[in-house]
Amino acid sequence: MTTLTQNVKKKHWFVRFLNMDTSGSKGSGDRLPLYRQLLIQLLCLLITAEVMFPIMYIITLSLSPSGTRPSSLELFPKEISFVAFQQVLTRPTANPVDFLTLLKNSGLLSITVGAVSLLIAVSAAYAFSRFRFKLRQVLMIMIFVPLLMPAVGLSTPLFLLFNSFRLVNCPGGVTALYPFTSCTVGEVGKVIFNLRDSLLGVGIAMISTALPFAVWNLKGYLDTIPKELEEAAAIDGADTNQVFFQIVLPLALPQLAVTFFLGFIGYWQEFVLPWLFLTKPQDYTLAMTLYNMTGQYASSIPWNRFAAMAIIVALPVAIVYMILQKQIVSGLTAGGVKG
Amino acid sequence: MATISVSAKRKTDFRRAFIPYLYLLPAFVVLGVITFYPLIYQVIISFTDFQTKDLLLGLNSPKLKFIGLQNYKDIIFGGLPVQNFEFLRVLVYNFWWAITNVILHVPAGVLIATLMNTKGIWFKKIYRAIYVLPVVIPPIVVGTVWRNIFDEQYGAMNQALTWIGQLFGSTNVVHLRWLAEYLPPISWLLPTGGLPLAYYAMMIANFWLGWPFMVLVATGALQSIPRELYEAAEIDGASKSYQFWHVTVPLLKPAMIPAAMYGFTLSFNLFNFVYFMTGGGPSRMTEILVTFAYDLVRNLRLFGAAGAFSVIIFFVVVGIFLFTNRLTRATESYAES
Repeated sequence: MTTLTQNVKKKHWFVRFLNMDTSGSKGSGDRLPLYRQLLIQLLCLLITAEVMFPIMYIITLSLSPSGTRPSSLELFPKEISFVAFQQVLTRPTANPVDFLTLLKNSGLLSITVGAVSLLIAVSAAYAFSRFRFKLRQVLMIMIFVPLLMPAVGLSTPLFLLFNSFRLVNCPGGVTALYPFTSCTVGEVGKVIFNLRDSLLGVGIAMISTALPFAVWNLKGYLDTIPKELEEAAAIDGADTNQVFFQIVLPLALPQLAVTFFLGFIGYWQEFVLPWLFLTKPQDYTLAMTLYNMTGQYASSIPWNRFAAMAIIVALPVAIVYMILQKQIVSGLTAGGVKG
Repeated sequence: MATISVSAKRKTDFRRAFIPYLYLLPAFVVLGVITFYPLIYQVIISFTDFQTKDLLLGLNSPKLKFIGLQNYKDIIFGGLPVQNFEFLRVLVYNFWWAITNVILHVPAGVLIATLMNTKGIWFKKIYRAIYVLPVVIPPIVVGTVWRNIFDEQYGAMNQALTWIGQLFGSTNVVHLRWLAEYLPPISWLLPTGGLPLAYYAMMIANFWLGWPFMVLVATGALQSIPRELYEAAEIDGASKSYQFWHVTVPLLKPAMIPAAMYGFTLSFNLFNFVYFMTGGGPSRMTEILVTFAYDLVRNLRLFGAAGAFSVIIFFVVVGIFLFTNRLTRATESYAES
C-alpha cells in the first residue's frame, strides 16, 4: 500500500491527472487536490464553452432589435431588447392565429400522443418482460420497425389513408362518413371533417415515433422489478390484469414519467408530419411556426424572431429536463443494461 | 372429478398463453395502421408508375401502370431523372456518416461522464445542467443555426478561424466555403469518392448534438458500478488507469453498446438535422437515404420510385438492426459470464 502511494507520488502530475480517480470513491475523503480540481474545472469550462457557443448565439440573436441576418460573431448581446419576443407573442406567423392557440395545439398534441403511446408501450413492455410466448423475438423486432423506417418514408400512404376518412354534409341533409357511406352519386357535399387535416389524424400518425424507444426503456426497467412481488400477489389470488394494474404500474411510475417526458420532447418538436398533413392555420403548432420561418435562403429568415421562438419552444423542455435529470440518468441505465 | 380439473387447467393454460398477446394487441393495432399498412402500400406502389395524377384515387386509379421492377432498376443503376444521384455512393456515405458519428460520440460521452463522476468537483450540478442543453433544442433550430455558423461570408466559424489566425500573426481572412465547396479536401477517404467540406462541418455540428445523450447513459451506468470493485482493485495494487480499462470500461459496455446501436440507427436516419443543415448539398454529396426519399416525394413527385426507395431503405436498416441485435446479445452474455 505504501509503495503504491509512493509510486503515485513519483509520477508526473499530468500522468496522475490522466490516471485520475473515476470510481467516485476516494480513500482520502472527498477532497480533490487543488491542482487537479483546477485542471478539471478548466476542462469543464472548455466543454461548457463548446456547448454554450451556439446557444449564446441564439440568445444574442433573440435579444437583437433587428431581424437582419447576423453578419459578425456576437456571443453576448450588446443591447437587450425584447422586441422579437413581443412580436412572436403577439403575431407569431403571417396567418391569423395567435400564440395561445399554437401553444394549446402543441401542448394538446404532444401530451395526448405521449400519454397514449406510453400506455401502449407499457402494456407491450410488460408482455415482453414477463411472458415467454411463441414469436416473442419476432414480435419484439417488429416493434422496432418505426425506428428503422422513419415516418417521412411512410407519409404518402398515411396521407392517402387518412384523407379517405371524411365527414361530409351531403346536399340532401344527410351526413356521410367516407369511406363507409357516401353521398348519392353525382352529388358533392361539404367536407366538415377530414381526418388527415386534423390534429387527431396527425396525432395518430405521430404515435409510432417514440414507441420503440418507450418499449425498450420500459422493458428494461420492468426486468429489474423483482418477480417475487407479483408471485406473492398471484398466490393471494390476483389475476394477471390485477397484478399489472395494481402492482407493476405503480412500481414503474418513476420510469413511466421519464419515458413520457423523453417521448414528449420528440412530439413537442415534431413538425414534418404536421406540416405535411395540416392545412388550417388554427391547427398549427409551435414547431411548425419555427419551420415556417426558415426559408431556402438564410437572408430571408427573420433571425431575431426565429431565435426568440426557438427559445420559447426549447425553454419549457429544458427546465423539466434539468429538474428530472437524476431520474432520467438512472432510468436510461435501467433500460440500457438489461436491454 | 379428475376430468373437470384437467379441463379447468387446460382452460387456464389457454388463458395464460393468450394473455401476452392481449397485452401486445394495442401496440400492434397502432403499428398495423401507421407502420405496416403504409409499408405494404409502399411495396405495392413501388411496382407502379404512381404519380401525382394517381393521388386522388390511389390504387384504384385507372391510369396506374404496373411496371414490375423498373423503379428498383432505375434507383440502383441510375435511371432516375435526378441529377447527381448514385445509389451506391449515397448508401456508402450514409453508413460512413452513421459510423463516424457513433465512433466520436460514444467515447466522448464516456470520457466526459467519467470526468463528471469524479467526487468533489465544484459546480458539478451546474455543469451537468448545461451539458444536457443540446438535447432539448429543436433539431430544426440546431440545423438552421449551424448552417449560419458555417456560412462562407457571414458565418461565425470563418470569423473565429480568422481571429485565431490573427493570434498567430496571419492577416488572411478565412473564406472556407464550408457548405458549398464540392471538391473534397481528402479525396481518397471513401471508395466512392471523397467527402465534401460540408461533411466535416456536419460532423462538428452533430458532435455538439450527439455526445450529451451518451453522457446521460454513461453517467447512469457509472453510478451503478459498485464501489467495492474499485476498492478490491486498489487492494490488489491496480493503478488508476488499469482500473479504468479493466473495471470501468467492461462494466460500461452492457449499457454503452445498446446506446451506441440506438445512436447508430438515429444518425443513420437523422432527417431533420441533415435536411436543415445542408439539405443534402452540395450536389447531393451529403444526402442520406431518408432525405433523398423525402425529396423524391416532395419535390420530384415520383411516388412509385419513392416507394421502391422506402422498401430498399427498409431492408438496409433491418439488415443493420438484425446485425446489431446479435452483437448486443453477444456482449450481454459476455457480461453475465
